[in-house]
Amino acid sequence: MSPSKTVVRESMEKSLFGKSTKSKLVERLVFALFRLGTYFVLLCAATIFVDIVYKGGKTVFRSEFPFLNVEFLSDSPQTLHVFEYQGRKYEMSDSNFRSFRQGIDEPIVTETYAYSGGGIWPCIAGTLLLVAGAMIIAMTLGVLSAIFLSEYSRPGKILNAVRLSILNLAGVPSIVFGIFGMGMFVLAFGWNVSLIAGWFTLALMVLPIIISASEESMRAIPQGMRDASFALGATQWTTIRTNVLPYAMPGILTSSIIGVARVAGETAPIMFTAAYALRDQLPWEGLERWYDLFFQGVMALPYHIYVVSAKIPQNEYTSRMQYGTAFVFLFIVAAIALSSILLRIRMRKKYRW
Amino acid sequence: MDTPAVESHRGDRNPSLIRISDFDFSYGDKQALFDINMDIAEHEVTAFIGPSGCGKSTLLRCINRMNDLIESARIDRGKVEVNGLDIYDERVDATELRKRIGMVFQKSNPFPKSIYENVIYGLRIQGINRKSELDETVERCLKGAALWEEVKDRLDTSGLSLSGGQQQRLCIARAMAVGPDVLLMDEPCSALDPVATAKIEELIHELKNDYTIVIVTHNMQQAARVSDRTAFFYMGNLIEMNATDQIFMSPDKEQTEAYISGRFG
Repeated sequence: MSPSKTVVRESMEKSLFGKSTKSKLVERLVFALFRLGTYFVLLCAATIFVDIVYKGGKTVFRSEFPFLNVEFLSDSPQTLHVFEYQGRKYEMSDSNFRSFRQGIDEPIVTETYAYSGGGIWPCIAGTLLLVAGAMIIAMTLGVLSAIFLSEYSRPGKILNAVRLSILNLAGVPSIVFGIFGMGMFVLAFGWNVSLIAGWFTLALMVLPIIISASEESMRAIPQGMRDASFALGATQWTTIRTNVLPYAMPGILTSSIIGVARVAGETAPIMFTAAYALRDQLPWEGLERWYDLFFQGVMALPYHIYVVSAKIPQNEYTSRMQYGTAFVFLFIVAAIALSSILLRIRMRKKYRW
Repeated sequence: MDTPAVESHRGDRNPSLIRISDFDFSYGDKQALFDINMDIAEHEVTAFIGPSGCGKSTLLRCINRMNDLIESARIDRGKVEVNGLDIYDERVDATELRKRIGMVFQKSNPFPKSIYENVIYGLRIQGINRKSELDETVERCLKGAALWEEVKDRLDTSGLSLSGGQQQRLCIARAMAVGPDVLLMDEPCSALDPVATAKIEELIHELKNDYTIVIVTHNMQQAARVSDRTAFFYMGNLIEMNATDQIFMSPDKEQTEAYISGRFG
């Protein structure tokens, strides 16, 4: 005999409504944990960001016209003089102080703080030059390798070895690249501490990221596109040029965004190969031959932060410099990344399948 | 006219354009085609039918050497000749061959470019850039593929904005633009709805006047509707090739009869 309708209903009621409060509690707890984890990460990021923007903003911005600290963005780092003169308190960079003192006979007693006056323009210029050169080298080599790996190479032992070494290269700490760059480019090639030594060192460092991401985005293109192109009488190179590279470009640009952030941000690879703690001339000043540009060291933002944070006595004046530099640095990396993203969006619109 | 290599044929027949003889083909260790012999006649529609994995698509892709692109693909024996020329001769430039033997794929694959650029892709890569010639080609090929009326006002929109059937006709127009003599079609309607399929079939009828067509199809009714001759493949062997009426009305081989009547496959 089949169970009566009431019995069936009761068993159903039990299973539908009788879920134990314990399992519900576990469910809630687990989700709370996940949420907490996510919020914690957000909090960390926000704290760093707000701290730098708040403190750095005080250095970079001014409350009166032109609202920007022009000296900070356009001058070289200098010694800061802090002094009282005729009852007023002054803070001046070395060059300003010298001209201020011209018309005054009596001696002025000043406290001096190294690196705390002037600005960071040479560091900005140096970082931009480093990023541009390293990315050009890394993208060229990276895209060439990615084309070979994705389109031409045949699977086999050699290819596995190549992939393994690329993977390993990605895991090498940046200081090792720095040491390698010094041994190879600075000493063995005799390039000395120079832009070009820094370019190659940084390029080698980001190469694995760019190769992997570029190869990935080429492989993501449907085989049908290539087949269609071949069937219309295209050679392999024509197919790659017209039907693989253009569609892979957004993916390649994405990898370049990560690359830019790393190239701009790493201190270790450039501290032995390209960066000066202080240099009077801007990179393009006083060149005898045009290619001397490549064979000179530059100042760079991350190295400058390191110098003003770790190499000189700390006080409230150096702290301003640190935060101001960090702020500008963040801003520049964000601006480069943003322009890559915009370019990518434009390309995605053009090529979508 | 050449004597047919295999299978008797009944009725009049156009001269042979493609001849495949004693053809063995493998992917790595796995042999995919066994001793294929056939003649494909000019200005006819030849249909390849058979269950999945029977080798019909493989043979089709041997006719324009698309299998060159598959690393493990290998011809073990035999020849494919077009107009009496061995297309696997080492002096043959496969890209030139593919300009003469066009292909339409199962999954329509327009490029993510405009309709206009899709059609003239084959000309652009040959370095042809004269506007008047390109314009003329676009109009002629889109008309030829029965797509002109539907797209003439939006040639600069993406080829991917078209419907599935339109995309497939765009791919046919694109193949026509490089001026082939032969069109190979690999299940061109398998992803299309019945209305779009009917349009493509109608188109195939018209294209027959200008092109020699080889079509692979899973759909036996389609083979019966569009083709003049039908070849039935099973497990890498050509079982029977004959006039389509003959194949469908009174096949010589029992296997053919079994497949066509739906008893297997």
